[in-house]
Amino acid sequence: MQEHDMSWVRTEMALAQPAPSSERGLTAWIRKNLIATTGDAILTIVGIALVAMILPQIINWAFINAQWTGPDRSVCATVAQGGIQPDGWTGACWAFVNAKFGQFMFGTYPIEERWRPIVVAILFVALLVPLLIPRVPRKGLNAILLFLVLPVVAFVLLVGGIFGLPHVETSRWGGLLVTLSLSFVGIAVSLPIGIVLALGRRSNMPIVKLLCVIFIETVRGIPLITVLFFASVMLPLFLPAGVSFDKFLRALIGVSLFAAAYMAEVVRGGLQAIPKGQYEGADSLGLSYWQKMGLVVMPQALKLVIPGIVNTFIGMFKDTSLVIVISMFDLLGIVKQNFSDANWATPQTARSGLVFAAFIFWLFCFGMSRYSMYTERRLDTGHKR
Amino acid sequence: MASQEVLREGPSRGSLINDPRVRGIFFQALVLVLLVAGVWWVTHNVIVNLTRLHIASGFGFLKGRAGFDISESAIAYSSDSTYFRAILVGFINTVIVAVVGIITASIIGFIVGIGRLSRNWLIRKICTVYVEVFRNIPPLLVIFFWYSGVLAVLPPPRESINLPFGSFLNQRGFYFPRAVWGEGSWLILVALLLGIAMAWFVARKARQRQMATGQPFPVLWTSIALIVGLPLLAYALSGFPLSFEFPKQSTFNLVGGFQVRPEFLSLYLALSCYTAAFIAEIVRAGIRGVSTGQTEAAAALGLRSGSILRLVVVPQAMRIVIPPLTSQYLNLTKNSSLAIAIGYPDLTATAGTVLNQTGQAVEGVVIMMAVYLALSLITSAIMNVVNARMALVER
Amino acid sequence: MKHIAIGVLGAAAFGFAASAASAATLDDVKAKGFIQCGVSTGLAGFSAPDDKGEWQGIDADFCRAVAAAVFGDGTKVKFTPLSAKERFTALQSGEIDILSRNTTWTINRDTALGLNFIGTTYYDGQGFMINAKKLPGVNSALQLSGAAVCVQSGTTTELNLADYFKSNKMEYNPVVFEKLEEVNAAYDAGRCDVYTTDQSGLYGIRLTLGAPADHVVLPEIISKEPLGPAVRQGDDQWYHIVKWTYFALLDAEELGITKANVDEMKNSDSPEIKRVLGQEADTKIGTDLGVSNDWVVNIVKAVGNYGEMFERNVGSGSPLKIARGINALWTKGGLQYAPPIR
Repeated sequence: MQEHDMSWVRTEMALAQPAPSSERGLTAWIRKNLIATTGDAILTIVGIALVAMILPQIINWAFINAQWTGPDRSVCATVAQGGIQPDGWTGACWAFVNAKFGQFMFGTYPIEERWRPIVVAILFVALLVPLLIPRVPRKGLNAILLFLVLPVVAFVLLVGGIFGLPHVETSRWGGLLVTLSLSFVGIAVSLPIGIVLALGRRSNMPIVKLLCVIFIETVRGIPLITVLFFASVMLPLFLPAGVSFDKFLRALIGVSLFAAAYMAEVVRGGLQAIPKGQYEGADSLGLSYWQKMGLVVMPQALKLVIPGIVNTFIGMFKDTSLVIVISMFDLLGIVKQNFSDANWATPQTARSGLVFAAFIFWLFCFGMSRYSMYTERRLDTGHKR
Repeated sequence: MASQEVLREGPSRGSLINDPRVRGIFFQALVLVLLVAGVWWVTHNVIVNLTRLHIASGFGFLKGRAGFDISESAIAYSSDSTYFRAILVGFINTVIVAVVGIITASIIGFIVGIGRLSRNWLIRKICTVYVEVFRNIPPLLVIFFWYSGVLAVLPPPRESINLPFGSFLNQRGFYFPRAVWGEGSWLILVALLLGIAMAWFVARKARQRQMATGQPFPVLWTSIALIVGLPLLAYALSGFPLSFEFPKQSTFNLVGGFQVRPEFLSLYLALSCYTAAFIAEIVRAGIRGVSTGQTEAAAALGLRSGSILRLVVVPQAMRIVIPPLTSQYLNLTKNSSLAIAIGYPDLTATAGTVLNQTGQAVEGVVIMMAVYLALSLITSAIMNVVNARMALVER
Repeated sequence: MKHIAIGVLGAAAFGFAASAASAATLDDVKAKGFIQCGVSTGLAGFSAPDDKGEWQGIDADFCRAVAAAVFGDGTKVKFTPLSAKERFTALQSGEIDILSRNTTWTINRDTALGLNFIGTTYYDGQGFMINAKKLPGVNSALQLSGAAVCVQSGTTTELNLADYFKSNKMEYNPVVFEKLEEVNAAYDAGRCDVYTTDQSGLYGIRLTLGAPADHVVLPEIISKEPLGPAVRQGDDQWYHIVKWTYFALLDAEELGITKANVDEMKNSDSPEIKRVLGQEADTKIGTDLGVSNDWVVNIVKAVGNYGEMFERNVGSGSPLKIARGINALWTKGGLQYAPPIR
């Protein structure tokens, strides 16, 4: 009987048939993805109309009609506005961005000294890129160089005053230089403070816990602008007569403390996600508190919250644009300041400048978020149920 | 147990330095001492600085005459009002823009979030582009962009764009007729309240009936009929007391009617668009967090796709959505302080002006911080209540 | 605790943190080797950075004059751009040594804010500017009822505006911004009909607009705006140095001492000129003040006399082309009058 049955079992696989023609190719894709139902079809038409309305205008403005180079406002103004363009012309004035590019990058940093921020930028990229690529070895050394050595080198180079480098006061810094240095230092400072605050909030010591809770909740409850006001208007009154902080440093303190409170909550989320057994296991091995946290809990917790940390970084990077309210000129600030330059005052100037600033910010933020997604996938070692 | 006791009493554990409890107390005492010293030091410095520089202090200045005007005010305000009232005007403006912004951001956010999960490829891509663009640029930039965009596109007041119902649009804002309530209009308000109360009652009854008998009742249509119909009826009965004041052209601007200024408009649009991108991501994550088994089970029960979404998916998604949504609402409220950059008189702007006119920086910043903190705490309290009602009731 | 540690570390590392000062600003300034001068974030003619990032304008030059008096070198000055909101705390806290930022002298600022104004380097008054092309027929501020008015917040301008419209029983629509650039941009974009600020400012701002010729400054001046530098209260020596630098600029103009002829003037026969320039034997005028005896020579060499400073920055030598008017010397019918140096 069994033998008889055997003859009905196929010994080799049937050849795979191609999918029916209605399920293949472009038409099937269109049918499935664009016009599956009547509602879908209507949505698609609305969508196409929307894209057709907006996209050509954007391309026209940003590329086809745009002015890339020029000495002054005349290339970006119509005849009626005192320029050379035909009436009714609208297009991006990239010539403005082009002419002011140096300022947008460095602010009023002395031109003959601008090689210094450039060197810092090159060093920064040279140290950052290997750190971001997982396959490159010697991560520890790399991190030490980036987070401990580079700040010192960058400080000496940017501020100067020693080794024969002329001193450049921070009020002359500006543009992307300020945006990046604020965010880099903010990131480097806020993470450790955030970890300490998060540990404090989960601590058994009531006073420490209370203080951490008050700090975190207060800072998270108020807008960054008030923190910056606090740093720029109130902080000077808190210090003894005559002692004053540099404005740049005050903004740095404000931004870092602000980000630290958010970072603390992110890290706390990670700490809460670690099973109790991990803590107890570490205790039973006789590890001290700091050993337990540093060797067992933190590595797991931080890995869990990498997306949250990067989101906080992105938030902070964007928030640096607020230093404009305490009259510091970051990228957005310096772009806006240049709108009032009579040489370049045209109806297109503001829009072009803002689009340029938006593009730079977008580039950095988008890059960060994509990298965080990549890391998340790479580190996903099965904690999810 | 016993061995532990022995261990604790043993000589190897004798040193106080190694006792975690003692160390904890010592460490806390140290922190406390440092804190008290720090606070004392700061207070001392402030007092010394203020007296040395002959700067006035205290909150008495709030009763002084403000002397400056504010462009937008929901309550009566003139330059003769007090500083306190100026700050109050700013506070109300903050609340207005925050509330309106939260509502709009939620609507856009939900639409885009659902759009990102659409079967339709084009809609999905459009929504993705929207989210990726707005999430990755600073809100301040979005605000500037709207503001310069709004001002650049709209015509000057003399060439206003005429809109239906006697509304106008120009660089000075959006004008529409203002309702003037005549005598007997209180009846309409009463009817409206009555309609809402009745609608709520009907909804309750219908629910009870459906629970008991399984018979559904068209609650939505009945409610709309009650809430719209009753006031209309009252309007007709009381002899049409409502009239409209239309905006008219004058030397400089349109006068009369209700004006929505471009500052408010751009702040509101920018905050809504920016926050909506984040809300969309939250909504997407929430919906994806509901397992497909739930949808399939509901479909197997014979529910239609609308009912599946309304009765099965959304209630479960809301549990995931509400906590992060709360922090987005808080962010929007806090981001409304960016109004200062385009001249919308919110709390930060008016308190900043008061601070500058009186020179009392410490008090000014303290007021600002306290009010925002209170706003945040109230918002999170409300959202916590909502969250508690939404939370999974486990049997 | 960690914050404090990091703050201190940061402060030490950044090196630009503590400038521990006592009451004596002069010693302090001498010790650090330069004067920290608070200026505006950019107002043409008063203090604005040029293409190279060098600060130009009357307010900036005044700080250079003080630096010249103290160090004999007008370049030993560093500028801190400040918004209207920050300016007073910056001075109060010692972040800057002089506030030279087109600031109006009022009793409230002298008494309640802990400042000491040293005098009036520029007599100004608040005025109005309109776009004559868009608003033909408007030629007086009294016709402005119902207009939208652009104004910078936190200034005396904002207060005067409210007072003026109230006392003339006119309505207006304030459009208030934090920063001058924002007010300019909004006015240029047509957000408001009228721009109000100090008249000198209006002339400067007009130049930066898209079509300067379309805009006119109305004749009314609705307030007194004596603009002058201020120092902290409680340091008489520093107050005197700054104040007499201003007087020296005026006296130099009155005596005809200019940047070009200052060296010849040293050998002048006039005892007054010799005295002012510190050429008298055994003179102690400068040293009593706390500076060197040839301080006036240094000042004039650095920035010229008051008249030269005026013409170069806001007058005929500048794009602003503002007439001397009430800022002329008292001998020429103006208000600028300095006590004698003797």
